[in-house]
Amino acid sequence: MPENKNVPLLEVKDLKQHFNINVGAFKTKPLKAVDGVSFSINQGETLGLVGESGCGKTTVGRTLLHLYKPTAGEIWYKGKKIETKQDILEFRKKATMVFQDPYSSLNPRMTVADIIGEPLDVHKLCANKAERQERILELMNHVGLNSEHAARYAHEFSGGQRQRIGIARALAVNPDFIVCDEPVSALDVSIQAQVINMFDDLQDKLGLTYLFIAHDLLVVRHISDRIAVMYLGKMVELADAKTIYESPLHPYSKSLLSAVPVPDPKIARANQRIMLEGDIPSPLNAPSGCPFRTRCPYATEQCAAEMPAFNEVAPGHFVACHRVNEVN
Amino acid sequence: MALLEVRDLHTSFFTDAGEVKAVNGVSFNLDRNKVLGIVGESGSGKSVTAYSIMQILASTGKIVSGSIKLDGQELVGAGEKVMKTVRGNKVSIIFQDPMTSLNPTYTIGHQLMEAIVLHTDRDKKQAYDRAVEMLRLVNINEPEKRMKQYPFEFSGGMRQRIMIAMALACEPDILIADEPTTALDVTIQAQILELMKSLQKELGMAIIMITHDLGVVAQLCDEVIVMYAGSICEQGTADEIFYNPCHEYTKGLMRSIPTADTAGTKLQPISGTPIDLLNMPAGCPFAPRCDAAMKICLSQRCQRMEINDDHAAACWMNVKKGVEDGTIIAEEVTSNA
Ligand SMILES: Nc1ncnc2c1ncn2[C@@H]1O[C@H](COP(=O)(O)OP(=O)(O)OP(=O)(O)O)[C@@H](O)[C@H]1O
Ligand SMILES: Nc1ncnc2c1ncn2[C@@H]1O[C@H](COP(=O)(O)OP(=O)(O)OP(=O)(O)O)[C@@H](O)[C@H]1O
Ligand code: SF4
Ligand SMILES: [Mg+2]
Ligand SMILES: [Mg+2]
Repeated sequence: MPENKNVPLLEVKDLKQHFNINVGAFKTKPLKAVDGVSFSINQGETLGLVGESGCGKTTVGRTLLHLYKPTAGEIWYKGKKIETKQDILEFRKKATMVFQDPYSSLNPRMTVADIIGEPLDVHKLCANKAERQERILELMNHVGLNSEHAARYAHEFSGGQRQRIGIARALAVNPDFIVCDEPVSALDVSIQAQVINMFDDLQDKLGLTYLFIAHDLLVVRHISDRIAVMYLGKMVELADAKTIYESPLHPYSKSLLSAVPVPDPKIARANQRIMLEGDIPSPLNAPSGCPFRTRCPYATEQCAAEMPAFNEVAPGHFVACHRVNEVN
Repeated sequence: MALLEVRDLHTSFFTDAGEVKAVNGVSFNLDRNKVLGIVGESGSGKSVTAYSIMQILASTGKIVSGSIKLDGQELVGAGEKVMKTVRGNKVSIIFQDPMTSLNPTYTIGHQLMEAIVLHTDRDKKQAYDRAVEMLRLVNINEPEKRMKQYPFEFSGGMRQRIMIAMALACEPDILIADEPTTALDVTIQAQILELMKSLQKELGMAIIMITHDLGVVAQLCDEVIVMYAGSICEQGTADEIFYNPCHEYTKGLMRSIPTADTAGTKLQPISGTPIDLLNMPAGCPFAPRCDAAMKICLSQRCQRMEINDDHAAACWMNVKKGVEDGTIIAEEVTSNA
């Protein structure tokens, strides 16, 4: 483990990503996919990011990496604000992404060696062919692929193997930081476990830092040091993994966690689920005040009038809810 | 007599590369009012089993042998005319992806009414009322207005609920749900599972629930079938399967789930890669990946064995255990095998 675990590797301050959506022939409207999110990630840490589909998790990851230009907000990497084109270019060499779908994110007509080698070529990381080949084999070795696989095509591999190829590709630039966007959700439980262990091993071996996005909360709890919960473009709760699981404070986190199907029949039968009414509102028409208030069983007039602040209610435990004391 | 009786079902696909034995001797019963879960590795034959019951296989697929009896009536070889009265009327299926199974060019009202008119003896007016009623039942607000909207105007969770409404509108005896919640968020998933449970009680249906999610199985199912390489490797009540797994594959599956206790430790995945159905080994299909495999596992397939009244499994480890504690006589085993 790196010794500076408490110095943030990455700091995100009030990040916003508003997409302009056509709502009429000449009218556009901002879709506030991410609307003022702040957090930091320490070196060697895994921060889990959970929340309902469409709440903005992927957009946080992509905006963070400047795959989308942020609408507003700041990103600091190793204590330095990322501002210029040069900063972005340098940052991209140190920060990469692993995508959700191992079936569509790899070009089926490229060999494994070419898929993994592409970022090496783009960033001109190898002096010659021999060095490139050696690096590719090293990367394949990291993720448990045989060297015989190098000349084969991506479509010849199973889901778990393809996800390994995707991860080897992400590792090619020697990153410090990886956004893992649902990297195991397309996989079978038993294959999923292989890939999760690999993320673990790579973190130990290479000191990697992860932002781990997943909708399977059992997986997130297993892998994360801390967990952030998002709802409709906003962060509603952030704490260490155990605290979020054992004593969530935000009404949305509470219902989310109670809805997780527990793989144990006796517990499942005894479980009291907190059912939410209705669907998640559209980010084009987000409610006033607290984004959760249209589905929140505790909502009052104040919740409709004002957006609750993201307060630190206990050391390291942040919650955005007006009624956090009454609710708990 | 059980509502559905499947006996020694074999279904294959005849491809250029050869015969893919997707379902390889599957037998089970399903009673009214029960929820049967089918779990197992990707490619183990769960969907093909369901499609065989409905006889909606791809053109290269064929039920090679076996029997499927619905309410005592044999469906294998019964012909398309009989199957038309079965599909939708007696057995309905919900597919995994609600976007591909709803037609984007028609309103959902049109699609619901069409299904109802086709599968029941209601006229158009009655079908409209029934469609509205079903939408209300699956918690779609303002159903009259919603009837006029197209699929893209609904969220993923709502589309899935509409699929459920459509499947249930015809009051089937059996609802087959093939991964109905994988595309959904946990909170919406919880809503839908609750809904399925209450509708099942209300309408007295039987449900076959195909899923990867052992949490869903624990929450919903009375009985569970575990499939591996086209066969049932273990079968029993949910409690038996979760608390007393008796097949090495099931044990491996249970071990690989992350839980509260695994945080900060390594998970225990099942090693190796899935089996090639074109080249099935002679012995237990799980043997090449099984840490406990013995010599006999590689050469002979273990027959299904009753563990107790609620539980059966096909694993040599149970035979070994039985021989060791004297409940099985060794000679019997060798003569049976
Ligand atoms: N490029 C884009 N242009 C316009 N809108 C977008 C774009 N990308 C995302 N959105 C919208 O922003 C919101 C957040 O999307 P995002 O993909 O970040 O959600 P998510 O939390 O990752 O969801 P999921 O769990 O389904 O992957 C959604 O309403 C989505 O429709
Ligand atoms: N049309 C087809 N032609 C050839 N093989 C097929 C066809 N459809 C299915 N198969 C094969 O039959 C086997 C069983 O497939 P099936 O779809 O039942 O798996 P499953 O258990 O439902 O898996 P999953 O969990 O991934 O949905 C697989 O090996 C699959 O490749
Ligand atoms: S601020 Fe109000 S609406 Fe929002 S979660 Fe808290 S109680 Fe519910
Ligand atoms: Mg996403
Ligand atoms: Mg399937």
